Amino acid sequence: MPDGFSAGDTAFVFICAALVMLMTPGLAFFYGGMVRVKSTLNMLVMSFISLAIVSVLWVLYGYSLAFGPDAGAGLIGNLDFLGMRGIGLNDLTGTIPVTAFSAFQLMFAIITPALISGAVADRTKFAAWGLFVALWVTVVYFPVAHWVFFFDGGNGGWLGDRNGVIDFAGGTAVHINAGVAGLALCLVLGKRIGFKKDPMRPHSLPLVMLGSGLLWFGWFGFNAGSALAANGVAGMAFINTQVATAAAVLGWLAYERIKHGAFTTLGAASGAVAGLVAITPACGSVSPLGSIAIGVIAGVACAAAVSLKYKLGYDDSLDVVGVHLVGGVIGSLLIGVFATGHVGQTAQGLLYGGGFEQLGKQAMGVVAVGAYSFVLSWLLAVAIQKTIGFRVSEEVEVSGIDQAEHAESAYDFTAVGASVARPVSTPAPVTATARKTEVDA
Amino acid sequence: MKLITAVIKPHRLDDVKDALQAFGVHGLTVTEASGYGRQRGHTEVYRGAEYTVDLVPKVRIEILVEDEDAEQLIDVVVKAARTGKIGDGKVWSVPVDTAVRVRTGERGPDAL
Repeated sequence: MPDGFSAGDTAFVFICAALVMLMTPGLAFFYGGMVRVKSTLNMLVMSFISLAIVSVLWVLYGYSLAFGPDAGAGLIGNLDFLGMRGIGLNDLTGTIPVTAFSAFQLMFAIITPALISGAVADRTKFAAWGLFVALWVTVVYFPVAHWVFFFDGGNGGWLGDRNGVIDFAGGTAVHINAGVAGLALCLVLGKRIGFKKDPMRPHSLPLVMLGSGLLWFGWFGFNAGSALAANGVAGMAFINTQVATAAAVLGWLAYERIKHGAFTTLGAASGAVAGLVAITPACGSVSPLGSIAIGVIAGVACAAAVSLKYKLGYDDSLDVVGVHLVGGVIGSLLIGVFATGHVGQTAQGLLYGGGFEQLGKQAMGVVAVGAYSFVLSWLLAVAIQKTIGFRVSEEVEVSGIDQAEHAESAYDFTAVGASVARPVSTPAPVTATARKTEVDA
Repeated sequence: MKLITAVIKPHRLDDVKDALQAFGVHGLTVTEASGYGRQRGHTEVYRGAEYTVDLVPKVRIEILVEDEDAEQLIDVVVKAARTGKIGDGKVWSVPVDTAVRVRTGERGPDAL
């Protein structure tokens, strides 16, 4: 391998890439447990399909658009690496092979559109969703990743490299981006039938806990791996990720106990995700104490924000806005307050003598990514709605998407008359039969 | 003959079953049920959204007995199912015209 190659860094980044990959199925369980029984599978597979679609597009042109040499003004990469041609086995990004860097970044591109799916749970046509994922990563994620993550000595992305906006592991590119897109999508698709009237309780909180646990675990790859080296910055990012998440769990639970009188399981899981989201952009520039502050603020603020949908009347089914957008904005802005200048970045925040300069830059990043993502996501959603249709029929929505879109159901609750030995060409009518236990026949 | 139906709290089922066995009841049918009485249901909170759950889980027990045993049996069930807290349930009996044992075709008290 060429000079500068580090086997240690490379091994670390590969492991991190695999950890980040696990976040997408983790997210699928997190979301899947929160929907009703009738659309569990649809929720799971909306995340899972992102693994398939984005991986293929990434090799075809995604990597090139996001990380190819800049095509002008830091807005998008050129087409030098279409099909990942022209990338040699010995080519390096920093101290690791370009192939390792590409694999790591691919996992970010996969989970970002999957995050959006929570906003439109229970009412989305699967084919329309797949098309949206393909179009969205192409016109929104790949360019924004270039803006934020592509560094080329001042000739890279316009936000990160040219204007000093700090986004260590994706607060703007991943979470604000997905959160805003989720808002645009649920505005276009409209509310679920029965929103604010019918109870839409999560069908399996154990699945939600499993999912949030997998997310937390994988997030170490997300954040520590973003150092792209097994070094002290990665170590600090790791610690910051853990402590901010822990603080956010406590913050969310405290808010809930005061406001609603109970420490809920869903609150603990949601607080963890809120903390993970908020520390993502900041984990490479703040201290562990700053991380605790960011975590608590994110936990409380996101817990308060999830009720916005009831007040403002938009139906963001699983709170993508309340958790990812609000958490992402908090984390991105608080870099301008808590950045010490001594971790992975030299920029200092308000509390460390840096004045308002970095806070202003962070606000610019938030507004730029938010505005771009909202407009493009809204246009894509409207275009799909007007062509192939984005939303399932009322009948399908009421009876459940799993049967209609996937010809499957997540669970078999029928105890009487449900013989599996008898194949049927058409689905048998389902009757609600109470379970009976004959104690003595 | 009488059909005695009891809707009780699920966690009292084992005690009721034991009491019925001790009394000499040979058979019963148990069904998972849900419902509410005067106490209504309970409230659950999901991300700040509060849901009132009206229907709470119950167990429904049905027992066929001869007329002379009915009153005493009702007392046995009530005693075994009682916790003293709200939501303990109800027990009632109705007259039954016919009962047939499917295996043998026996009718009336012989079928019990």
